[in-house]
Amino acid sequence: MSILEWFADKKAKAIKPKTKKLDIPGNLWVKCVSCSQVIYSKDLEANLKVCPHCQHHFRLTCHERVAITLDENSFEETNSFLSSINSLGFTDAISYDERIKQAKKKTGLNDAVITGTGRIDGFPVAVAIMDFSYMGGSMGSVVGEKITRLIELGTENRLPVIIFSASGGARMQEGILSLMQMAKTSGAVYRHKEQGLLFISVLTDPTTGGTTASFAMLGDINLAEPNALIGFAGPRVIEQTIRQKLPKGFQRSQYLQDHGMVDSIAHRKDLRDHIAAFLEMTRHHRLVPITEETPHE
Amino acid sequence: MNKFHLEFEKPIVELYSKINDLQKLSDEEGNKDLDDDIAKLILKAEKLREKIYSNLEPIQIVQVARHPERPLFLDYIQHCMTDYIELHGDRSYGDDKALIGGFAKLDGEPVMAIGQQRGKNTKDNIYRNFGMPQPEGYRKALRLMKLAEKFKVPIICLVDVQGAYPGLSGEERGVAEAIAKNLEQMMGLKVPVIVVVIGEGGSGGALGIAIGNRVAMLKYSIYSVISPEGCAAILWRDATMSPVAAQNLGITSDRLKSLDIIDDIIDEPVGGAHADPDKVYKKMSAYLKKELKRYADYSPLRLQEDRYQRFRKLGRFSER
Ligand SMILES: [Zn+2]
Repeated sequence: MSILEWFADKKAKAIKPKTKKLDIPGNLWVKCVSCSQVIYSKDLEANLKVCPHCQHHFRLTCHERVAITLDENSFEETNSFLSSINSLGFTDAISYDERIKQAKKKTGLNDAVITGTGRIDGFPVAVAIMDFSYMGGSMGSVVGEKITRLIELGTENRLPVIIFSASGGARMQEGILSLMQMAKTSGAVYRHKEQGLLFISVLTDPTTGGTTASFAMLGDINLAEPNALIGFAGPRVIEQTIRQKLPKGFQRSQYLQDHGMVDSIAHRKDLRDHIAAFLEMTRHHRLVPITEETPHE
Repeated sequence: MNKFHLEFEKPIVELYSKINDLQKLSDEEGNKDLDDDIAKLILKAEKLREKIYSNLEPIQIVQVARHPERPLFLDYIQHCMTDYIELHGDRSYGDDKALIGGFAKLDGEPVMAIGQQRGKNTKDNIYRNFGMPQPEGYRKALRLMKLAEKFKVPIICLVDVQGAYPGLSGEERGVAEAIAKNLEQMMGLKVPVIVVVIGEGGSGGALGIAIGNRVAMLKYSIYSVISPEGCAAILWRDATMSPVAAQNLGITSDRLKSLDIIDDIIDEPVGGAHADPDKVYKKMSAYLKKELKRYADYSPLRLQEDRYQRFRKLGRFSER
């Protein structure tokens, strides 16, 4: 879709998020997993699923993220029909086919990411949102392809790309195909950046493994939600390697920021404003296309 | 015969120990009658080796790929190239000993050779951090690639790594960012990049130097998103299931060729590269020369496009 079509489409009907309200289990009362305080569900919801006592950020589904991030009714999903197949014939305790079926049923999603276009504070953006509840947000062919197509759409239409990561890493059931998604998505990021466009990577709890070691660490701006687990190797593997306890706060947002990997940590209530500020400050650049020869010769 | 034998090679080893006994007997007694039997037994042993190697399970190929006598990065540099000068350091933190590289000449022409280097013995392995690179290894590799690009020198990456070092220091210094940056920046390189997996191609630690225009594997090397042991521990919660994990993951050269993940397979002698290294060095040299020739007159733009499209098409899914 071109920018012009985009604006023409402004009034056209947008796909509504599946769950308009934040989905909180246990009906009326919720116990915070971090501070064990009991919270009234409505309070938690009103607080964007952040514990009012200890500020613990509960994980969001991708549709909840859409609802709190994008301008109302602005989200239009792309490539929603892409679906995983068991191309290696992978079977552990159950077959990968069966796992796909169960994950779809559990989450109502086609895979671990939704992608699309939308607006944040009026600024058009291309956005991908991963969902940890679908097979641990793992990246297989579908996640890699949807994210790559989204970044390419951003490149073609000179849109900023914003990716919210929530992923345990590569999807083992797709073997090497999942590893190749790291290369594919990072290549798409390269081309997007070559055109002088903005890529904001938002690291949410958890972002690990192959997702971290590809597009998630490649933002022009890397943002993180507070206390999100962000890393390459899993904490248990590291403990086994170095045979000592890991320091407190290891692989959490503040640790990443202290070690130079994250630009800024934003509380969920401020995150949207942060992103909008970056969109505003970089807006002039998107109006000037880079000619083909410039970056290459 | 090599000094170190794999479990599945036992029947061959047993036959050879019999042959040795006979040979001794023959030498001691000067009994020429045994010569025929010995020759027959050697033939039988070699037939058996061929038979075993023609039908290896994936987990057995993993063992060949990790064989302690298998030629390593520096062996290929020594035997396939000349004038190698190692370049040290990432200009930022340090010099990684597990991921190394430098200028060399292949067939008289300059190349940038980069690869992971395991140790040959315990002492060497400690020096090489068991072949597991730290972030500065990946940053040095990228520095060398940019250097090659500046002087229009093609890049050759030989992959042999279990994985990037999974320790606290790697996380502290941003190993994920280092690998990601390589994936991104290698996609834009304006010189040809030829990649060959020579042993173990372990996950992101391998991919971090494996964004090639052309990607090949030695026949008995492996390339995987996770080690079979790691996969078994996570999905089966049982390390003894690694043969099944290896089968499921599809990590062997023939399987990966059929999935279009790799472009070529470089043949190895029966028994693996260590059984006849000179033969493999010759094949490697010939392969690299042929591939560099293929890309010699590609323009920078065409090289970038070729590499992007090579990876762009990888992935299998349904779209109804
Ligand atoms: Zn709390």
